[in-house]
Amino acid sequence: MKTEITPTPIHPAPGAGTDLPGWGIDADPTNNPTHPMKHYTGADHDRLNYPRALQQTRTVEVLQSNERPTLTRVFGTAVPPSGVSGMLRRYAFRFSEGSAGHWLTLILADRINAMEGIADDLRHGTVPNIFAERGWNAAWKHDRKNVIKRVAIGAAITAAVVTFAVMHKAGKKKLSI
Amino acid sequence: MLAMNYRGPFRVRADRNRPYPEIMHPRDAIVRVTRSCICGSDLHLYHGLVPDTRVGSTFGHEFTGIVEEVGEEITTLKVGDHVLVPFNIACGTCSFCQQGLYGNCHESNPEATAVGGIFGYSHTAGGYDGGQAEYVRVPYADVGPTIIPAGMDLDDAVLLTDVVPTGYQAAEMGGIQKGDTVVVFGAGPIGIMAARCAWLFGAQRVIIIDHIEYRLEFARQYAKCEAYNFRSIGDPVFFLKKATDYYGADVCIDAVGCEAAGSAMQTFTGRKTLLQAGSATALHWAINAVKKGGIVSIVGVYGPTWNLVPIGNVVNKGITIRANQASVKRLLPKLVDHVMAGRLNPKELITHRVPLEEVSDAYHIFSQKLDNCIKTILIPPRAEAAA
Repeated sequence: MKTEITPTPIHPAPGAGTDLPGWGIDADPTNNPTHPMKHYTGADHDRLNYPRALQQTRTVEVLQSNERPTLTRVFGTAVPPSGVSGMLRRYAFRFSEGSAGHWLTLILADRINAMEGIADDLRHGTVPNIFAERGWNAAWKHDRKNVIKRVAIGAAITAAVVTFAVMHKAGKKKLSI
Repeated sequence: MLAMNYRGPFRVRADRNRPYPEIMHPRDAIVRVTRSCICGSDLHLYHGLVPDTRVGSTFGHEFTGIVEEVGEEITTLKVGDHVLVPFNIACGTCSFCQQGLYGNCHESNPEATAVGGIFGYSHTAGGYDGGQAEYVRVPYADVGPTIIPAGMDLDDAVLLTDVVPTGYQAAEMGGIQKGDTVVVFGAGPIGIMAARCAWLFGAQRVIIIDHIEYRLEFARQYAKCEAYNFRSIGDPVFFLKKATDYYGADVCIDAVGCEAAGSAMQTFTGRKTLLQAGSATALHWAINAVKKGGIVSIVGVYGPTWNLVPIGNVVNKGITIRANQASVKRLLPKLVDHVMAGRLNPKELITHRVPLEEVSDAYHIFSQKLDNCIKTILIPPRAEAAA
């Protein structure tokens, strides 16, 4: 259970440069590369002390960036982590968003998750129609030449591999005689 | 209900057994979708380039719909209202929202601090299901959703959720001054809209660069700009320097992002092997083609790790880089006015209208740029009757 942390606004320490005569005299909000996209109000200096909505109840596992102290007040619950990919995702969230360990682990989890998805479909009695899912109906309609080319290349590679395997096996048998 | 279901890179399907969304927070609403688009940035998800895109997710961050149910704190909307829903999920009260940065809300995405919550855009953007579905949960429904003005075409309205604000903000961030030459990299819907909007800021000359001929032709007609195929002009940076009297463009806009073509090295390291967060070819060209002291505006989507860009040239040329996700809510009043006054005609970008049931084919067509596709909208069952 995480403890709610209430961040404290940053106040300049007494005697800091903010006490110097002329501090801020040349401040010009329009001389800001984010102007006019940002309507500067100074709210940044209140840090996380802004009015908040009620907290959404956590009903499923939600992974949380370690760069924030608490959950956001609302969050998505689309696909909670599960399986091997879920374990990897939990591991990834030990690292900050500035770390390759975070993002590359998540990409690896995504690839494993795609295989888990096929297994999950089969477990639920669905044989995924991968050709339809990849939009081959549209490809056949609008890009037939390319489909035929890809199928021909695939068939040629398969034929070459099978032929090589058969010949290799036959060669081995001959040697053993 | 029927919804798009992501099954892994290059694999999506229409699934009739998806659960109906529920109110999970007093500031939620449930919306019955009437229009939903496939965005160019959805293709980054579809191609497996965005980390934490989980199998079983529903994409879709550009949609309109009819309010079916509201949470107990919602007083700004009522059941039956027809709304356009900005792609950003924004609380409206955090420091960032208060300052107009609705695309950077701090209370909508627990899973990353570098990006605010976005509908249907992976768990890296908050883990929300998106609008390529019959129904969708809309958090903070008292902030983002906007009632579609009477008389506005629904096809215009759905493009106000992302394409128009992002294209407009790309031009806005360019700080375009009257008389400027603006170069837009990428002739997808966002690039074309950015080129069109550049004129609103007083550009004198607008050039768009891409390699898909039909898109360049579309851009010439729609955005009234010069359009060049980088495969036939040699070195694009040299071409643009020559075209600007060897001075450089005043403003360059990267509307391509992580799937740029044009450099074998960038493509290999960014798209094929993921050694960097996508191919940064367009950004590379933008930095090199802009004048000294110029502005590079980035709205193209990149991954969160790292990219190969000539940062030394940014320093030595004194370039200002401006970038952000569009702050849709901030821009909507102005953009609704532009659309209603006929200054912008977003629905002309739509080339394909596809039933939601055929979502796999729609993704393939858009991804492979088949059938002269510029912009695809998905129509859920019963939506036409609602419209």
